Amino acid sequence: MDREPTILESFQQQGMSRRSFLKFCAAAASLLALPAARAAELAEKLGAMPRPTVIYLSFQECTGCLESLTRSFSPTIEHLIFDTISLAYNDTLQAAAGEAAEAAREEAMRKAWGKYVLVVDGSIPAPLDGAYCVIGGKSALASVQEVAKGAAAVIAVGTCAAFGGLPMAAPNPTGAVAVQDLIKNKPLINISGCPPIPEIITGTIVYFLTFGVPELDAHRRPKVFYGNTIHDRCYRRPFYDKGLFAKTFDDAGARNGWCLYELGCKGPTTYNSCATMKWNGGTSFPIESGHGCLGCSEPQFWDRGDFYKPLSAGLWHGSIGEDLGIAAVAGAVLGGAAALTARHRQDKTRTETETRKPEGK
Amino acid sequence: MDLLTLARGPILQWALVIFVVGTVWRLAGILLLRRKPDYTEPRSTHTWRGAANLIVKRTVPKREFAAQTAFGNTIGYVFHIGLAVVVFGFVPHILFIKSLTGLSWPGLPSGIVYVVGALTVAALVAALVRRISNPVMRLISNADDYFSWAVTIAPVITGLMAAAHWGGPYPTILAIHVLSVCLLLAWLPFGKLMHAFLVFIARGTTGALFARKGAST
Repeated sequence: MDREPTILESFQQQGMSRRSFLKFCAAAASLLALPAARAAELAEKLGAMPRPTVIYLSFQECTGCLESLTRSFSPTIEHLIFDTISLAYNDTLQAAAGEAAEAAREEAMRKAWGKYVLVVDGSIPAPLDGAYCVIGGKSALASVQEVAKGAAAVIAVGTCAAFGGLPMAAPNPTGAVAVQDLIKNKPLINISGCPPIPEIITGTIVYFLTFGVPELDAHRRPKVFYGNTIHDRCYRRPFYDKGLFAKTFDDAGARNGWCLYELGCKGPTTYNSCATMKWNGGTSFPIESGHGCLGCSEPQFWDRGDFYKPLSAGLWHGSIGEDLGIAAVAGAVLGGAAALTARHRQDKTRTETETRKPEGK
Repeated sequence: MDLLTLARGPILQWALVIFVVGTVWRLAGILLLRRKPDYTEPRSTHTWRGAANLIVKRTVPKREFAAQTAFGNTIGYVFHIGLAVVVFGFVPHILFIKSLTGLSWPGLPSGIVYVVGALTVAALVAALVRRISNPVMRLISNADDYFSWAVTIAPVITGLMAAAHWGGPYPTILAIHVLSVCLLLAWLPFGKLMHAFLVFIARGTTGALFARKGAST
């Protein structure tokens, strides 16, 4: 029988037992906070389906997202790419290079046309037909449009792919855009973060394979991972409520876990799971390491002013002191002119009254 | 530029510019007016003391009218003190003032500020009900009174909404809160809210005149 092995069969071919497969499913279900019934459904569906083809394209990015993905603890990247998906193209992880790699991608696309999942990492420069980012003689713009045509769904991994990211920072020299600005006719999931939490990348892929597109927020991010702000789940939150704030990095307050709001933490406006899922297998996250949240999973976080200014501080253009000084002078001139006009009117009235008096006599 | 960045940036900056131009304009326009010459013999030369005396005395309700004015005075005190606590006691607000002036002071726990904010909203609603239900108050009220009330209560309500994560994503509600503050700042010099600056000048001027005439306050 010439058919693709199912995901369960792939596990077994690797010498792993059904128990290992169920452990993998349990980990994924736990990550996704699925109820028990849905967890069983996840195991059943994943066990029966053939490994789906995934094409992973990287454009204007730093490879941090892929670095993050390779550090996923549960499900692990090994489980994901060896057992759960068939990673047909990723120019960093694959052994093939050059024309052979491109030929492998085209062959995978042809075989799984309409069924494969396209994962995009990095933003795409749109002007000049995408001339600012060319791979194998083909622009990023042309590549993403071509590959997206045959995709069942698109997953934009990282803030660059989801929202434009650092390449889009003012003055956006390459005219970088997000995947959602180019691909309008396919189901699209954004997994933002700079980089995203690895388990969110793997968890979202597993969820999509099993149940389809998860419930998304206004920025097309899975609500299960982006439903709460960092601030609301932060272990330093009680200190915010008590009005206890660290004044400098590594002062006594900072070391005692006081809130980093005054030091510019953007946790209150940032939706992500860093405070609960953490990084490196649940070891820590930036705020726990003593640094405020940069808000890296939010659109335009790169152009929202100083990372180290509190969220409630004004984002002044130029010198606010000078502006308000000029405003005060302008106000004084206007007020003086108003008072002078009133005085002039009083003088005029008095003169008229005095002039009329003799006539009235 | 997203809504929050727009609100915290150029819109807030322009609102502050309008606030300063308007406030200085009105203060200068009033303070530079020519005073009526008074040729009478002054009964007292301690006019500054008279000014300060009246500012304090008019802050305390008159005992003779206490029963009739108790409700109005109470809600007036509650929302004025409440606004002061919310504006100058909440740490994010102090940090905003610090970013503007460089001045800062210790803040209050957030929980206390939320409770005071809720009391302030209740008192402001009571003030509106009183204004509408009292025939005399209704007669002497105009659009300025109602608009000034609306722009005063809006930042408190939106601030509480942001704190409670109610009504939408936090960044959106926070942006609406900042925009409501911008509206308050831009309107303040041009309507009855200017009493925030003029109340003490008016009382002081009256007190000084009373002192000069030797009148009882």
